[in-house]
Amino acid sequence: MVTIAAFLIIILLSVALIPFVNVQWKGMITVTAVIMVAVLSSIIAFGVLSGTNYEYLFRGSLATGRIAVRIDALSGLFILIINFTFITGAFYGLQYMKAYRTQKSNLTLHCISFILVQASLIGICALQNSIAFLTAWEIMALSSFILIIFEHNKRETLNAGINFLVQSHICILLQTLAFIWVALKMNSYDFNAIAIFSASGSLLTGVALFLCFFAGFAIKAGFVPFHTWLPYAHPVAPAHISGIMSGVIIKIGIYGILRMVLLIRNDYLLVGYVILFISIVSGIYGVMLAIVQHNLKKLLAYHSIENIGIIGIGIGLGCIGIGKGNSVLTFLGFAGALLHTLNHSLFKSLLFYGAGNVNQSIHTMDIEKLGGLGKLMPQTSFLFLLASLAICGLPPFNGFVSEFLIYNGMFTGLPGSDKVLLTWIVSGLFGLALIGGLAMLCFTKAFGCVFLGTARHQFSHTPREAAFGKLVPMYAIAALITAIGLFPKIFINALSRPVALFTHINVDAYFAPGKLPAGNAISMIGICAAGFMLLVGLIYFIRNKVVVNRPVEFNTTWGCGYVAPTVKMQYTASSFIRAYRKLAEPVLSIHRKKKEIKDVFPKGGELETHPYDKMEEMFIDYPLHLLKAFFNRFTFLQNGNLQFYILYGVVFITLALSVPFAFEYIKTLINFLNKL
Amino acid sequence: MISFILIVLASLFFTGIINRTKSITSGRKGPGIFQPMKDIVRLLKKGSVYSKTTSIIFQIAPSIYFASIIMAIMVIPLGEYKGIISFEGDFVFFAYILGVGKFFMIISALDTGSSFEGMGASREALFSMFAEPAFFILMGSFALLTGHTSFQEIFASMHFGPYISYILGVLATFVLAMITMIENSRIPIDDPKTHLELTMVHEVMILDNSGFDLGMILYATNLKFAMYGALIANLFMGSFPLYLTIPFFFGIQILFAIAVGLLESFTARFRMNHNAQYILALSSVSLLIFLGVLVILGQLN
Repeated sequence: MVTIAAFLIIILLSVALIPFVNVQWKGMITVTAVIMVAVLSSIIAFGVLSGTNYEYLFRGSLATGRIAVRIDALSGLFILIINFTFITGAFYGLQYMKAYRTQKSNLTLHCISFILVQASLIGICALQNSIAFLTAWEIMALSSFILIIFEHNKRETLNAGINFLVQSHICILLQTLAFIWVALKMNSYDFNAIAIFSASGSLLTGVALFLCFFAGFAIKAGFVPFHTWLPYAHPVAPAHISGIMSGVIIKIGIYGILRMVLLIRNDYLLVGYVILFISIVSGIYGVMLAIVQHNLKKLLAYHSIENIGIIGIGIGLGCIGIGKGNSVLTFLGFAGALLHTLNHSLFKSLLFYGAGNVNQSIHTMDIEKLGGLGKLMPQTSFLFLLASLAICGLPPFNGFVSEFLIYNGMFTGLPGSDKVLLTWIVSGLFGLALIGGLAMLCFTKAFGCVFLGTARHQFSHTPREAAFGKLVPMYAIAALITAIGLFPKIFINALSRPVALFTHINVDAYFAPGKLPAGNAISMIGICAAGFMLLVGLIYFIRNKVVVNRPVEFNTTWGCGYVAPTVKMQYTASSFIRAYRKLAEPVLSIHRKKKEIKDVFPKGGELETHPYDKMEEMFIDYPLHLLKAFFNRFTFLQNGNLQFYILYGVVFITLALSVPFAFEYIKTLINFLNKL
Repeated sequence: MISFILIVLASLFFTGIINRTKSITSGRKGPGIFQPMKDIVRLLKKGSVYSKTTSIIFQIAPSIYFASIIMAIMVIPLGEYKGIISFEGDFVFFAYILGVGKFFMIISALDTGSSFEGMGASREALFSMFAEPAFFILMGSFALLTGHTSFQEIFASMHFGPYISYILGVLATFVLAMITMIENSRIPIDDPKTHLELTMVHEVMILDNSGFDLGMILYATNLKFAMYGALIANLFMGSFPLYLTIPFFFGIQILFAIAVGLLESFTARFRMNHNAQYILALSSVSLLIFLGVLVILGQLN
């Protein structure tokens, strides 16, 4: 109780204080509030992860019923992930926002929303009462909308923000529907009612309820085809907001799905197949589109969809494991998914902060215009490279550990399965391997074209390395990324308690030596990662020792003997992925404008490509187009004639008055509907 | 440990044998089988020329590439003798550690700011990415067949049944051999002897490397050949005693090298823009192996 009170007081106090202080202090108060909230909630979360669950019941009101604050291991883990990302985000944002010091009122709103988003995210993890949960969710949706539209004087920012707002509310609508369904039947808003309801009903009810929740949470998480808001919202938000959004706000969707897996008893096998299918599609589709993007932040946004796909593959495998009663598969699937959730929040926020550094020093995100920043911004480029390797799932970093767990889950799930499951696992293997390969293509493009070679256009001023204050939170994230890569066992052990909720195996069993599934392999990949780093160091050291006295010459890049290469002769990002684009064109929707070179004296040839989202075309644009066409048929009603409008009024009143005459018919209709 | 030493030994003459086979089939006498190694040693003794556009990435990438291949070789077993590193799912580590090396070679090619090297890098990234699913489905099939998930356990417990097993072994050899050709950029994917930059894949990526770095990259290619040769050898080596295993190992390595030489002599290279489809189709051969495993396990009734 004291903690919750302190939590609320800090938030209210800081929100009340921010409007009345000057610009420097706004940022300081935000950072302080974020840290204090983080410390308070992390203390509980650490306690929960070491085995003491937290529960507090508020009396609530007549409308809500009792409001339960329950923090179990799953909530605890997500609270820790949220807090870490928000602390680094706050420190990074403090420096990033220095460029906007003149926009005082705008900053006030930004700071307040920042604190509210963190608080509401923690609230979502802790609250187990439908109405309180939805309220927290709504606060989160609205305040992240305000965070996204910080640069609201730009048209595209507003468009993206409104798109986000609409889709967020569809997500809330679906959740509300599902919650109402349970509340109607059980007459209680507590989450435990969901468990009782699904346990008493048939399996099919459970599946339907789960899928309703899943669709709602999938919009937030960004599963294909519910992903369309994501690539708009990420590029227009300030860098630290993009990092937080990709790092934790979309992960709250994953939290919701996992929570519902725990609460709703259903046909886990069927649900597992559904999640696995959607996830494989999301993973491959996300990265396929990421490769063709020319805007660095948009590329990263599509990569979030890919990584949500990988997390989903883990969840799907875990559900199949529950359905089959295979506790090793369950452990590896959910452990992989949870670890990847943590990992993705780390490397994706690092990548977005890196992109933010580039953006603030060059003021463009167009990959085709960048290049050669490695020499001018060495620290940013080093951190970006590290995160790129991690996101491709390459050892010795953290991405490899979680992908390894999921792979291991699939390989251990293979023996002794039936035909159907085998087919699914093999398609999962195919998907995950393809995702890994495509991610490598994508990030060699992103890193190579932004940081290596020479600049592809004339910068208005020389780009400079980002300020020290921006680099510190980035180094903190990089340190954690490396730590997970080198000491995976510690982190998997920390995950045992949340995973044990799904496996229903006593947690202490996992801590006994040799009992952790794939425990030996997990400690081995840590050792191998360290060994690899040492080996690279050793070989590089020997090389440097050997070549130290050799003659070294610096000359122009080889160009078949041509010695005056220009910047324009460099390979561009589009040409780097041209072969891929040709292959993927049937699946993607790329608008091209081409002017061929014809005459003997060629002039003015050009090629423009605009990648667009085919799923968005199919699932959003086309239905909207049909809807518009349908409503256009009624435009004759609005013809501007006053007489007609009066006529409409008269018709309406007549209809309203005739209701009593048709009362009996309406009653039978309602009775009929009720019977359905 | 024993497999590591054997692979290093095999790498000393592997490319030599390929070159010798190619010379003999084209009616030449050809250089000795240790000539490629002599060339590499000569390169290791030389100084370097660096492009002015390059950064530290260009200088460190060859070392990382070399280290990644050494690390991958450590995973490979010899029959029932474990590699230096062995754990459940070690082939995932094998594939991903090779990926690290590739990642750095690709970005080091982009570091030179050359149009040729970008072209090579683009092709290398695309081709090797499509080869990945084939490898994973292949290993998945073996994991299903044997019930184990590490190289050593899979190879040690792979007992072939009467008829279908031979087809499986042959198909797996085909897949691994094709992956070798893709990874090493040889015919039918790429022609290392081509003289036009526009038609190269791997060669064009390392146009700007010289001296010690180039020596390391070339030796890494030899190691890679011997490494995949060892994988193929493992497919057929049961649990023989050591005095039989070692000659068997070298026999298969030499046979594989001659086969590669013959393949390079008598086939033409594929059209560059059809390569990707072809490589992705390799996954379907892996799927055939998977189906074969299903048949053996009686899952298809």
